[in-house]
Amino acid sequence: MLKKKGVLRELYTNRILFLMLVPTLLYFLINNYLPMIGIYYAFVQFDFNTSLFQMDFVGLKNFEFLWKSGKLTELTINTVGYNVAFILLVNFLSIAVAVLLSEVKGKWFKKITQSALFLPYFVSFVILSVIVFNLFNYEQGVLNTVLQQLGGEPVDVYSKPKLWIVFIILFFLWKNFGYSMVIYLASITGISEEYYEAAKIDGANIFERAWHITVPMLKNTFAILLLFALGSIMKGQFDLFYQMVGNNGLLFSTTDILDTYVYRSLRVTFDMGMATAAGVYQSIFGFTLIMVVNTIIRKINKDYALF
Amino acid sequence: MKIREDGATKWFRLIAYTVVIVGSILCILPFILIVSASLSSNASILQNGYSIFPTDFSLEGYKVIFQVPDELFRAYGVTTFVTIVGTSLGLLLMTMAGYVLQRKDFKYRNLFSFLIYFTTLFGGGLVPYYMLITNYLDFTNKMSALIWPSLMTPFLIILMRSFISSAVPDEVVESAKIDGANDFLIYYRIVLPLAIPGLATVGLFLALHYWNDWFSSAMYINDAANYQLQFYLYNIINTSAFLSNIGAGAGIVLADGVPTESMKMAMAIVVTGPILLLYPFIQRYFVKGLTIGAVKG
Repeated sequence: MLKKKGVLRELYTNRILFLMLVPTLLYFLINNYLPMIGIYYAFVQFDFNTSLFQMDFVGLKNFEFLWKSGKLTELTINTVGYNVAFILLVNFLSIAVAVLLSEVKGKWFKKITQSALFLPYFVSFVILSVIVFNLFNYEQGVLNTVLQQLGGEPVDVYSKPKLWIVFIILFFLWKNFGYSMVIYLASITGISEEYYEAAKIDGANIFERAWHITVPMLKNTFAILLLFALGSIMKGQFDLFYQMVGNNGLLFSTTDILDTYVYRSLRVTFDMGMATAAGVYQSIFGFTLIMVVNTIIRKINKDYALF
Repeated sequence: MKIREDGATKWFRLIAYTVVIVGSILCILPFILIVSASLSSNASILQNGYSIFPTDFSLEGYKVIFQVPDELFRAYGVTTFVTIVGTSLGLLLMTMAGYVLQRKDFKYRNLFSFLIYFTTLFGGGLVPYYMLITNYLDFTNKMSALIWPSLMTPFLIILMRSFISSAVPDEVVESAKIDGANDFLIYYRIVLPLAIPGLATVGLFLALHYWNDWFSSAMYINDAANYQLQFYLYNIINTSAFLSNIGAGAGIVLADGVPTESMKMAMAIVVTGPILLLYPFIQRYFVKGLTIGAVKG
């Protein structure tokens, strides 16, 4: 009771601050916390004509169907696999390019190249699908035009699922690396000149300065980007996969992720039970994974734990 | 000593320029292919494929689009409205939240920050969210279905909070408080003007998201009059692929001779153009505005 009074007093003293935060808190309450009640949809027989708690309770039947579809392992491996590859590659690439770009001279040259590298981030995924089709389409695609000019045989890329692992990773990097590159670049701009001057006096060359000063200084930025990336390790990049692959079943073995599977169940095959069960699996598995990883990291070195 | 230093620097610069130039070309190349294709005649694309320079210069793609511009303009209208309203509202809410969450004298800042961050770790999934938007909030076929889902993200709130925290010294806020300004006045008169680079950067991210959104239309809009620009484009691409497939399958040239390839490319240019125009205005704030700190603090 006493504690509650303390809370109320605190909220009263800072009431203007609190009022400024209320719309945001309400938004997340309605937009993110309220739908958590909807996890219950996974345990009922879905019916459009009645409300959630009037639907027939079916226990784990929806999950049973999901398991029997035999897709779950493949979907999980694809989803986590791609995300791990994305996180590692995009951070490596954007740190490397940010470090290099920060040493480039010439105001205009820097401005133009920086804009060029960020340009793909402006492109919508719908346009990305146009680009992908331009490159790979069988008759007029750039790939086959070039192959034929070199005297080779045209390739029907749309029936070779293995190739798409590479394509999807490449296009993810192409589109997104500019974004994190600019964030790293901003952190590099914030590093004090004094460190570099001191290192120069000690005789460190430019490679040594980059490796021993710039890269370690980016640790915090990397940690926060990782924090958000790991949060969506079971989700993520629906737009990319759906726009690049669409409903092309030939490629699903290597390109179907949980997000695309749930979306198709909801909007294409209208299998609500399966869609909710898959969504709940996605949330709980992802959350458990993060908790386990976090506990392990915490045991090894507390400073590197996420929370 | 001096010689080694120069040699290393030279090598570093050489690598830097090579990587940056090659990277830039790879990022721009697909755009050049699209621009070039949009300025080529459909026949030359079908015959020679895509190329860096237009092989047979023609504006037919653009002409087709603007022959019946009503739907295109309507989609433009929807997207422009949603982008402007969504970005303004999102920025207002996120600057207020960011400002409050970085105030050291606001006791529950870490708790609230974590509650906001937690939503990225756990959620109900797509189906409950779909039911929320369509059944409980009743947003189907309304502009609110396009604005609401993207209004705020935890990442942008944390970005904004870090930025305000580093751009606005605590002493400035304290001395304004001593002068009798209330917290909202401090936000409005002091914090917002100092936070312009952060506003520009977060605003650009938000505007880009709204401009490029097709998913909300696909999910919550059944009425073609309310389609966003990107979803309108998505439909055109898939219909024209459909049309040319039928044409090829039947071994006939389409009767009305719609230049599908060059039209698609012209459409891509027309759809992307306006949002690119925003960048030059933002650029000088851009890197400055990206301060990023921890979730707690």
